[in-house]
Amino acid sequence: MIYFIIFLAVIVLIILFFVSIYNALIRLRNQVKNAWAQIDVQLKRRHDLIPNLIETVKGYMTHERQIMENITKYRSQAMNAQTVGEKAQAESLLSGALGQLRVQVENYPDLKANQNFLALQEELTATENKISFARQNYNDQVLMYNNKIQMFPSNIVAGMFNFKEEEFFEIKDVAEKEVPKVSFN
Amino acid sequence: MWELIQSNRRKSLILFFGMGALLIFIGYVFGSFYDPEAGGAIGVLFAIILWVILSTVSYFAGSKIILAVSGAKEVTKDVHPQLYNVVEEMKIAAGVPYFPKIYIIDDPSPNAFATGVKPENSAIAVTSGLLATLNRYELQGVVAHEMSHIINRDILLMTFAGVMLGVITIMSDVFFRGMYFGGGSRYRSRSSSKSSGQGQVIIMILAMLLAVLGPILAQLFYFAISRKREYLADASAARLTRYPEGLANALEKIANSSHKLRSANKVTAPMYIVNPLKREGMKLADLTSTHPPISERIKILRSLQQGVSYKDYQKVFEMIHGKKEKIIPDSALKESIPVAPVSGLANEGIDFNPVEAKREANDAVMKLNDYKFINCKCGVKIKIPPEYNNQIVVCPRCGTKHQLS
Repeated sequence: MIYFIIFLAVIVLIILFFVSIYNALIRLRNQVKNAWAQIDVQLKRRHDLIPNLIETVKGYMTHERQIMENITKYRSQAMNAQTVGEKAQAESLLSGALGQLRVQVENYPDLKANQNFLALQEELTATENKISFARQNYNDQVLMYNNKIQMFPSNIVAGMFNFKEEEFFEIKDVAEKEVPKVSFN
Repeated sequence: MWELIQSNRRKSLILFFGMGALLIFIGYVFGSFYDPEAGGAIGVLFAIILWVILSTVSYFAGSKIILAVSGAKEVTKDVHPQLYNVVEEMKIAAGVPYFPKIYIIDDPSPNAFATGVKPENSAIAVTSGLLATLNRYELQGVVAHEMSHIINRDILLMTFAGVMLGVITIMSDVFFRGMYFGGGSRYRSRSSSKSSGQGQVIIMILAMLLAVLGPILAQLFYFAISRKREYLADASAARLTRYPEGLANALEKIANSSHKLRSANKVTAPMYIVNPLKREGMKLADLTSTHPPISERIKILRSLQQGVSYKDYQKVFEMIHGKKEKIIPDSALKESIPVAPVSGLANEGIDFNPVEAKREANDAVMKLNDYKFINCKCGVKIKIPPEYNNQIVVCPRCGTKHQLS
């Protein structure tokens, strides 16, 4: 009888242990999802800001047609991207193009003094920071979640209930690799 | 982060109940000093009532009172977009669901504080001087520091510690006043009591000791907690922004400012990011200071080269301090993810324009004072004082007519 009770107690303990691991995994996965939602909000915000920016800038920057076309192109690419990897790729191209615009602004003192542009610039900077902080938070969450999935003993529970590893959101520095095209005609 | 919150909650609880027990004890001793028979009970009752009143008031109205005393005004995003954005950035970096209210204090001295015992109704207040002197990174560092106080539940802990300090100080004050005015009654009650003797002598000595040392010890205790919280908030801020240099530069600028904060006093001083009452050349300050020496905080932040995790901060702290002292709770040191400082920041290309920053800060103060702002299409910003009672404003550059609503 006493052995049976001990046996039962051990079984209950093991079940409780597994339940707690399962719950921890669920919590981590939800945190990853929530962190991703934060990035998504900010990416959308940036997409919304761009038409406004182009509208304000276009009257001043008559010689930077190429940059503005790139921005528009990458924006629509980014809006159509589906997976985390695709999004990261498209967004980094967009960041690169916006960076180029920012460099060119230096040549237009009138534009730099325009209050509407300054307000937009602050919004854009803030949105870009928010993206990078949201990304930082997302990647931390993904790392914790993936660690949990790979490590013993939680990997057993993760395998049983089909928890899959999540992808990091990595922005490569495309802007530096892409040599700007120069044409002389 | 979660571990830190838990550890602080536990500390708040211990402080709350430990403080209760201590106050009851002091109340009993003080009461017995005056009347060995009934005095103890009266003293205990007095202590409990005082404690309950102060705790309740500071828990429910403390943050409102403090904001009102400092002359802080709540602002919306359009008053100072950058400040609002930076707060939102830190909220996102921390991944927390609540958004603190934002206040601006019209004061040329750069400083900031956070308040609110619950994170859901917390607030961050900064002076207009802070907005005028700091660039975006630096402001981010300061806001991250304040946000960390909120996230780590420091404010609750400091509120309870402050109440303890207040009650002990008031009680010893009442005790001494009682001795001064009513010394005679003590004699009468003592001569009529039969149980006087050795016990009463011990009570008398104990009461005198508590009355003299109590407030001093409570104050030292309060300051010690406060100092630790500052280090911890610095560590959390470095971790949130991944850019300790920002906060380090901000602290340097704040320390070098010659302005003195008008609205700060002894009670609110520990709340600010840098002690606003700090005088030059205070060297004995180590024990009696609410804040760690700024130079040391800056040095630690600047030495965080390898990483900005809690573990790194603790390591650098011990290196610079030269002695082992736990600044970060053990639970937070166990954190497993590597936290590297950033190299390429999104807003690296933006340089700081002091004139622009000053103008932004001035504009924020004008908006607080009910000035209306209109951004004209031609890029001119029109500022309309509240006294202006015409319905139409004409842009001085392009002549566009703007309708005032």
